[in-house]
Amino acid sequence: MKYILMMHGKKGAWDEYAKWSKEDLQRNVEFMRGFNKELHDSGVFVDTKGLAWPQEATMVRAGNNGEPVTDGVFPESKEFLAGYWVIDVESAEQAYKIAARASAAPGPGGKPANMPIEVRQVLGSHNDLGF
Amino acid sequence: MDWGEQLSDLPVGELLRELTPQVLGLVVRRFRDFDAAEDAVQEASIAAVMQWPRDGVPENPRAWLTQVAFRKMADGIRSESARRRRETEVVEEAARVSESGLDAAPVEDDALVLLFMCCHPALTPSSAIALTLRAVGGLTTAEIANAFLVPEATMAQRISRAKQTIKASGIPFQMPNAEERGLGLRSVLHVLYLIFNEGYTATSGPRLRRADLSQEAIRLTRMTLRLQPENTEIAGLLALMLLTDARRHARTGPNDELIPLSEQNRGLWDRKQIADGVALLSAALPKASVGPYQLQAAIAAVHDEAERPEDTDWPQILALYDLLKHMSDNPMVILNHAIAAAMVHGPQKGLNLLDGLKGDRRIAEHYRLDAVRAHLLERAGDSEAAARYYRAAAGKTVNLPERNYLLMQAARLATMMGRT
Amino acid sequence: MKYILLMSGSKAGVDGYRTWSKKDIDAHMAVLTSLNRELAESGEFVATQGLAAPHEAKVVRGLREGIPITDGIFPESKEFLLGYWIVDVATPERAYEIAGRISAAPGPGGVPTNMPIEVREFATRAPQS
Repeated sequence: MKYILMMHGKKGAWDEYAKWSKEDLQRNVEFMRGFNKELHDSGVFVDTKGLAWPQEATMVRAGNNGEPVTDGVFPESKEFLAGYWVIDVESAEQAYKIAARASAAPGPGGKPANMPIEVRQVLGSHNDLGF
Repeated sequence: MDWGEQLSDLPVGELLRELTPQVLGLVVRRFRDFDAAEDAVQEASIAAVMQWPRDGVPENPRAWLTQVAFRKMADGIRSESARRRRETEVVEEAARVSESGLDAAPVEDDALVLLFMCCHPALTPSSAIALTLRAVGGLTTAEIANAFLVPEATMAQRISRAKQTIKASGIPFQMPNAEERGLGLRSVLHVLYLIFNEGYTATSGPRLRRADLSQEAIRLTRMTLRLQPENTEIAGLLALMLLTDARRHARTGPNDELIPLSEQNRGLWDRKQIADGVALLSAALPKASVGPYQLQAAIAAVHDEAERPEDTDWPQILALYDLLKHMSDNPMVILNHAIAAAMVHGPQKGLNLLDGLKGDRRIAEHYRLDAVRAHLLERAGDSEAAARYYRAAAGKTVNLPERNYLLMQAARLATMMGRT
Repeated sequence: MKYILLMSGSKAGVDGYRTWSKKDIDAHMAVLTSLNRELAESGEFVATQGLAAPHEAKVVRGLREGIPITDGIFPESKEFLLGYWIVDVATPERAYEIAGRISAAPGPGGVPTNMPIEVREFATRAPQS
C-alpha cells in the first residue's frame, strides 16, 4: 500500500530553518541522506521531493475567460508543503514507524526535531477516492 | 524485456549506438520519411539485440541493419493502399541495396544531415534533445526517459511529436546550404551543450545514468567534429565539455552538497582530460575568429590550469569575459564577469556591475544575483549584508543542494559574527 | 522545468464533495482524466496521485519508547492535500495554464469549482560550477 509522508511548515518555520547553524544543517542533511538510502535499501522507496521556499509558490485559480488568475500572496498562517516521501509498505503501522523516524530527524543542537509528519494513503485511480 | 536497461549493458549496444545514425541517415535518404524511418531503424535495432547475441554479429552489421530497416519500410508502404504504385519500386530497390552491400554510401554525411535535422530550429529544445539522443545517439526511449526523470511514455510522446514536427515542416533530408548551415550548426551545438549540461549538473535520479548524458554529449560532439574538422566552434564546444567534465568528481561532496570552484579538491580533477581540452583549444584558437564556445572553453582552461585557487589568472579571465560579454547576452555571463572584475579590481567594482543588472528582468529575481552579491559583500567585509543575501538567495533557489550550500554560507558568517 | 501542482481542500470541502451527485463527480473526473490524457500526449506528464480522505490522515510526531506518537486531530480550518500533478513544461505560464484547467473543472451543476491550485517549481539539477 502506498503512503505519502508530508512535512509542512508555515513561512515562519522556513525563516527559522534559514538561521540554523552550519553543524545543524549538516547533521540534518546527512540524516536525510541516510534515511533515504535506508528507504531504498529496504525496498519501500517510491519517491521523495524537497520543495523550495514558499515565496516561490503561486496560487492559480480558473479565470473568467479561460485565462488563469495567479496570486503570490499568502497569509502567515498558511501551511506549505516542504517535502514528501511516498513509500510502499505492508501496513499503516509500518508507515507511521517510518514517519516517526523522519519526524525525529535532528534539529537545532542535534535534538530530534519531532516535526509533525502527516501520513495519508495514496490512491490508485479516482474510483478509489471513495470519499 | 526492458530494452532500456538491457541495451547499454550488452556489448552489442555500443556497436548499435554507433551504427544507428548511419543507418537512419541511409533510410531517410532513400525513403524521405523521417518518422517511419526512425521507427524502422528502432525495430531493426531491437531485432539485432535479439539475434546478434544468439547468432553472432554479422560481418557487415550496418548492411544487416539497413536491410532489415528497408524491409520494414517496404512492409509499411505495402500496407498503404495509396502508395501501392511505389511498392514495387521500393521492393526492387531494397533487393538491389542488399546485394550491393551499401559500402559506397556516404554514411558520414548522412549522420551530419541527421544531426542538423534533429536539432532544427523548428523544434523546441526539449524535442530536439530527445530526438537527437534517440536518432543520433541511439539511446532507447527508456534510457532517455530515465536520464530526464520522466515516464517512458512521456518521452516516447516527445520523440513522436518531434518526428511529426519535422514531417510537418517539410524539412528536407539534405545538407543545408552554406547560408543555412551557420544557423543549423548553432542549433546543433546548442542542443549538444544542453545535453551536456543536463548530465553534468544532475543532482538526483539514478546517478550513473544521468552522468552518462555528459559522456553522450561529448561523444556526439566528437562525432560532429570528425564530420566538420575545420569548424573551430565545434572544437571549442568539445574543449569546453572536456575541461568542465574534468572537474566532475570534485564538485559534489559526500552528501551531494555543491562545492564551488574555489573550494574544490583539485587533486580530483582529471588532468589528462584537461590537457586534451587545452590541446584542442590551442589548435582551434588561431584558426578563425573566436566564437563564444571557444571563449568559454578558454575561461575553463584558465581555471583548470591553476594548481591552487590563488594561482588563478583572474586578469586573463576578466579579459575573456570582456570579450564574451559582447557575443552573448546570457545574464550568467554578466554575473561571472562581475565576479572576475571583483577578483581583479576589488569587490566594490563587482558590486557596482551587479547594480547595473537590477533592471534586467531576466536576472533581477534570480537567486544567483543574490548569491553573487552575497559573495562580493563578504569579500568587501560586510558580513551582515552578505548573510542576508545568502539567505535571500536560498529562498529563491528550487535546487536543494544549492539551497544547503547558501544556507551554510549564511551560517558560517553568522558564526563568525558571534551569532550562532 | 518541473512543477508540482497541489490541490488542497478543508474537511468541510471534502464533506461537501461527498454530497455531489454521481453525475457531477463523474463530470469533474472526466475533465481531469481528459487533462491527464492531453498532458500524456503533449509529453508534459510526469505523475499524478490522489490521496485518501482527510479524515483518515494521521500526524506523527517522533517516537516515545520506540512507538510512533500519532494523532488524528486537526483544526477544522486545516487544508489537506487532496492530490497533486507533476508536469514538465517549457515555461511557468504553461504550468499556470494547466493549473487553471484543473481549477476550472466543473463542480455541482457544472459550475467550475474554481479551487485554488498551488504551483511550485522544483529542480533535479544544479547550476553549473
